[in-house]
Amino acid sequence: MSTDAIRFFFDRYGLTNGDIDKLLGAALARGGDYADLYFEYRVANSVNIEEQIVKQATKSIAQGVGVRVITGDKTGYAYTDDIAFDAIRHAAETASHIARSGGTTQLEGVNATPTRLNLYPVAAPVSSIELARKIELIQKADGAARGFDRRIREVQTSVNDETKYVMIASSDGRLVGDVQPLARFGISCIADDDGNLQVGRAGGGGRIGIDFFEGARAPEQFAREAARQAIIQLDAVATPAGTMEVVLGPGWPGILLHEAVGHGLESDFNRKQTSAFSGLIGQPVASELCTVVDDGTIPDRRGSLNIDDEGEPTSRTVLIENGILRAYMSDYLNAGLTKSSRTGNGRRQSYKYMPMPRMTNTFMLAGQDTKEDIIRSVKRGLYAVQFGGGQVDITSGEFAFSASEAYLIEDGKVTAPVKGATLRGNGPEALKHVKAVGNDLELDPGVGVCGKGGQNVPVGVGIPTIKISEMTVGGTQN
Amino acid sequence: MKSHLTKEFAADVAEGAVKRGATAAEVIIRQRTELSVGVRLGEVETLQESTDKGLGLRVLIDGKQASVSGSDFSPDAVTSLMNEAVELARLTSADDTAGLPDSEELATDFPELDLWDQAIVELSTEAKIHMALRAERAAQEYSNQISNFDGGGFDSAYGSVILANSLGFAGEFRSTSCSLASVPVAAEDGKMQRDYWYDVRRKLSEMDSPEDIGVTAAKRTLRKLGSRSVPTQAVPVVLEPNIARDLLGDIFSAASGESIFRKASFLVGQLGEQIANQRLTVIDDGLMLRGLGSRPFDGEGLATRRTVVIREGVLESYLLNSYTARKLGLRSTGNAGRGLSGAPGVEAGNLYIEAGPYSPDEIIKSISKGLLITELLGFGVNIVTGDYSRSAGGIWIENGELTFPVQGVTIAGNLKEMLNSIEMIGNDLDFRGSVVAPTLLIGRMTIGA
Repeated sequence: MSTDAIRFFFDRYGLTNGDIDKLLGAALARGGDYADLYFEYRVANSVNIEEQIVKQATKSIAQGVGVRVITGDKTGYAYTDDIAFDAIRHAAETASHIARSGGTTQLEGVNATPTRLNLYPVAAPVSSIELARKIELIQKADGAARGFDRRIREVQTSVNDETKYVMIASSDGRLVGDVQPLARFGISCIADDDGNLQVGRAGGGGRIGIDFFEGARAPEQFAREAARQAIIQLDAVATPAGTMEVVLGPGWPGILLHEAVGHGLESDFNRKQTSAFSGLIGQPVASELCTVVDDGTIPDRRGSLNIDDEGEPTSRTVLIENGILRAYMSDYLNAGLTKSSRTGNGRRQSYKYMPMPRMTNTFMLAGQDTKEDIIRSVKRGLYAVQFGGGQVDITSGEFAFSASEAYLIEDGKVTAPVKGATLRGNGPEALKHVKAVGNDLELDPGVGVCGKGGQNVPVGVGIPTIKISEMTVGGTQN
Repeated sequence: MKSHLTKEFAADVAEGAVKRGATAAEVIIRQRTELSVGVRLGEVETLQESTDKGLGLRVLIDGKQASVSGSDFSPDAVTSLMNEAVELARLTSADDTAGLPDSEELATDFPELDLWDQAIVELSTEAKIHMALRAERAAQEYSNQISNFDGGGFDSAYGSVILANSLGFAGEFRSTSCSLASVPVAAEDGKMQRDYWYDVRRKLSEMDSPEDIGVTAAKRTLRKLGSRSVPTQAVPVVLEPNIARDLLGDIFSAASGESIFRKASFLVGQLGEQIANQRLTVIDDGLMLRGLGSRPFDGEGLATRRTVVIREGVLESYLLNSYTARKLGLRSTGNAGRGLSGAPGVEAGNLYIEAGPYSPDEIIKSISKGLLITELLGFGVNIVTGDYSRSAGGIWIENGELTFPVQGVTIAGNLKEMLNSIEMIGNDLDFRGSVVAPTLLIGRMTIGA
């Protein structure tokens, strides 16, 4: 992995350690505290079936180098899509304009730096599999969705996969690389019951090989899940509006944590004091039942990385421990400026973007309660098990996430399915209302994408069944 | 390299794909140079500069379709893209509907839309920094409660799009754009609020002054201080233009041929029907001079045009590319969108709700109790059913006056009902973007708290 990736770039583009040193030198020619080079070569494929025919196959190749120069809290950035010495030097000179102090920076020569065990030792990456075999997989899913119920139609299935080679060289002498596989299967379908139309969606993946989809996580299973959701929604009743008890099911509903606390705990916002969580380290921000971690080191997961996009090994960071705020997630720049340690959360969408603090896999640790006991304890509330996306205003702390499958709880029993609805809360307050945490922690199936500052990165979330005593539900039933 | 960024080169690649076995081919080449300046607290925080170029090739072999893309224009790389595209297409299924547009539909005249501003290309980095700092300073000087900034800056971009296909179409256009934004943070009683204001235009001279942008950003942020919730109830809501455009985005999704042919829209089968209050007229105009959504031809080489989507509440047209038009037995409206990779989608040109007769003040004054919505969070909009549920913030209206700021509530309803209950439309339409709307009054929505 690390050495494989370095060899890939050196061989393919005829680069040497000496070239890298010269390029870092050019980046720091006008001064500055730090410079790094991010090399990327990414091959991405997709294929989709709709109306039971293979509508399209795509392949795209992206390659380039981003050069960053940091001086104090200022950053200069430039990139080139031409991985050649002169083009990169030109980008380095462009990025160097942020510094005006004159060249005083001492450069260490780069040396290939060893990294730890590979978190995603994939024997047969999905992107190396011939198209016909992928088509066969998604055809089975199409059939499974249609076979689930005669009211299912408009089935769309797809496989997206990529292999990304990265190499990062920095002015402190670091030279590391990584080969990052990523694949995702997705399905959406519509149930049509005499003009009552409802959608169901499911999918899964990770930094996995084709065996993932040929084993327990067969696309047919996701297909039946999507079909089940669409059929359930046919009978959905109006959702109540207002504050009520909410029970979240395990897995993807962990998007609550991503929005309610995750973004607010990214160190750029906290260095700038623009987060609702700024200055709250050591303070209670959740009920003592809550321990929330961000962990980029879980094997095979979509949000995991051997190294972040600044070359730092990822880690497991306890963000909230028994309700007390412990740490922010940090990248190189913000760790340096706040004199805290790097947590391996410096990420970027591609070589076209500067890295910034981002989440990896963010989840809550399991508690003691059973799901049955938790539901039984609710007199009148909402049980939400599937969600679409979410959003947060990190300054006010206001966040929202939208349930796509939810049910009423009446007298301790799950009853009627309700229409999709947005749930809202306020970051530093919401988790203080967590009154029960289940023993059934699950991570999501591996389809999450997080957007921040115009950059998308793959992430994971997870949560056990939890009960929140107060949450606003955006229903229509007044 | 420069010689590769021509119509002739694009046409050669299309022809090369045909020689390799494609029955039809289409090539897009995009080039874009961007400079972005970020400022914060009186200093430059980030400087970014980049030039991108990319080539996308779509091939068809008797209805079997594949797309490839890359940024390497070397002969070897382009040859391998052509070979891979043909190879991939052989493995997909024949789709009778897929294909290039009919050749008689392709644009032959390319109107001059005034999309280029040399002043943006020549603007110095220092001048950009200065404008961004002026906006920030104006916000800061507006009130000493503006204590901090989440960011702000000036971005400029210029570039070109070349499209060619194996039917002999070859077109090219270039465009510029620039934007300026400020994101102040204000605090009161230990609670922080943030908002923003911005402008984005094709021409530098059409931009609001940095001072206007800064002051507006400051006012928007300050008015959120002291926000509180209100009880659950059903009331009229006013969408300010920044929010109304979001609703227009939902109308676009529902009227897009992609949703219609899949029967995944609440507007399926509604052509010619009254789907909204008769006050509502929605127009898509790809030909507006200096428009941010303007272009002389669409992503398949068809002439762009002006399409009335909703006329006085009646759904008059969907927005279509060739594929979705064929699926529906209709004609393309010249709304094909095209990225580097993949088949053409559907893209709006300049999409807007026609201005109405009322000033925003008159609209507020007409309401005895309601909510002016100034922000929305969450993605709870279901285009298939029309169900609508978002988190919202804004300002409470009591007896025709704006009173206190509101945060921590949800609004919910259904798009079908919302469109039918648009009771007043503002006169404040401003083309600050390519999808824009004036202030709208919606008769009744459920506020949840």
